[in-house]
Amino acid sequence: MTEFLELTDAVKKFVKPGCSLAAEGFTHLIPHAAGAEIIRQRIGHLTLIRMTPDIIFDQLIGMGCADKLVFSWGGNPGVGSLFRLRDAYENGVPHEMEFEEHAHAAMANAFAAGAAGMPCAVFKGYRGTQYPEVNPKIKFIECPFTGEELTVIPAHRPDVAIIHAQRADRQGNVWMTGILGVQKEAVLAAAHSIVTVEEIVDEVDEGSGGTVIPRWAVDVVCEARLGAFPSYTEGYYDRSNAFYQKWGEVSREYDRFREWMEHYLVTSDDFVHYLARLKEDGYV
Amino acid sequence: MSEPSYSPEEMMVVAASRLLDVDDVVFIGIGLPSKAANLARKNHAPDLSMIYESGTLDTKPTVLPLSIGDPELSRTAKAVVSVPEMFNYWLQGGWIRTGFLGAAQIDRFANLNSTVIGDYHKPKVRLPGAGGAPEIAGFCHRTLVLLRQNPRTFVEKLDFMTTVGMLRGRRSRQGLNVPGHGPQAVITDLGILEPDSESGELVLTHLHPGVSAEAAIGATSWPLRVAESLARTNEPSRSELDILRALVPSEESNIARLIPAIGGAGR
Repeated sequence: MTEFLELTDAVKKFVKPGCSLAAEGFTHLIPHAAGAEIIRQRIGHLTLIRMTPDIIFDQLIGMGCADKLVFSWGGNPGVGSLFRLRDAYENGVPHEMEFEEHAHAAMANAFAAGAAGMPCAVFKGYRGTQYPEVNPKIKFIECPFTGEELTVIPAHRPDVAIIHAQRADRQGNVWMTGILGVQKEAVLAAAHSIVTVEEIVDEVDEGSGGTVIPRWAVDVVCEARLGAFPSYTEGYYDRSNAFYQKWGEVSREYDRFREWMEHYLVTSDDFVHYLARLKEDGYV
Repeated sequence: MSEPSYSPEEMMVVAASRLLDVDDVVFIGIGLPSKAANLARKNHAPDLSMIYESGTLDTKPTVLPLSIGDPELSRTAKAVVSVPEMFNYWLQGGWIRTGFLGAAQIDRFANLNSTVIGDYHKPKVRLPGAGGAPEIAGFCHRTLVLLRQNPRTFVEKLDFMTTVGMLRGRRSRQGLNVPGHGPQAVITDLGILEPDSESGELVLTHLHPGVSAEAAIGATSWPLRVAESLARTNEPSRSELDILRALVPSEESNIARLIPAIGGAGR
């Protein structure tokens, strides 16, 4: 049955050093509060899995929490580079990492295959590209019925999936709406799942639209108000495009990034305290 | 009345928007493609179906989105589907007519690199990577490529093949067993290039007003072929420019109002 925990305790319980962690949310509902908590607890040697690393993984990479990144588009959406990801890839800062690179279709299929209990995903991708040369996990098989060449990659089976959603009810059923990316697939593919939510209400269902993930598929629900910032939660608050733009400046140089993270995030009491500090200094 | 003045980038976006059909179904990335598609919808193609890879089908944003997953896109969409559904049913299933792509490098067969500059394992510049591009290029019925034309971008050899255009020629693409017909046009700030109907090699077919063929040749690292009947693009009209200039991303967010002050009423 779903447990209700403080985010600090949920992260302590499930995010272990060296584990593989999928944190999904396609531009919308990115679980930033959970990412910040992992940084506060200085959990290291993680394998990070996300289609678009975004600021959440840029922060984890820059703080040295990751040994490996599995991804398919590593930019700052609408802005440009993710400088901490680039620095790790180009210069091994703060340490050398392993990179497993995919295209979006492959990542989406790998999560869906994991959710379906399949060892691998079968699709038509990467044809003619150079990705199979640099990622040995991309393989091709022959369709036993038509003879057509098909692409296969291993399913994603992360140790932990973390997502953010609008609401959960008191039984732990999770409700979300808007752009839903691969969050449901990530939760179902993972051995354990943590869902952070804006609020906990009496009851949720699909009668007013949206999607429900039933309580028996979710390990932990944590209340994390504003927990997607600088991403957004439809119906609660908008994306902070301004912060995405400022992030370029904050993250460009490693030393400045570390100082900034210590000053605003690492030493904050919780996510809302971190946001209050950002607001006070005009970042929001 | 004097002719309207405009930038090379505006010319490029306007030229791209004109290539969209009145009832096109178009898969859009952020940046110039998003501008071109939104311009087309507000100008000549009100029934244009715009699809962003975040899963929004038939979206009608009133302001330009900054990211492909902006709330503006889901709020104005006919339907919002999951990302696996987007890529498997709608894209791989062959329902999307036109794909828009950009890149950091392009070669003479309109193959694209958006992965690295330099060696893959020790690059000079690590670029964002593939995103949806390889499958957009494979499964949309046609693709349109938007790029500024200069020798650093229009290269003899790609540093990495992220996305296939005509591969090593039209016939070699056909051997890949992808249903899409591949790039139909490359729209630049100087003109328009189109794959030769036989070989698939890019040929300069249009020059924008005020641009010489020599300038386009000089901005290309391979010996650029020029069509015998080289056409001139029409200048952007007043209304095209007005619509385009009114397309600005939303900078506003209500988030600041929701964050309590330090020491204030927290939770």
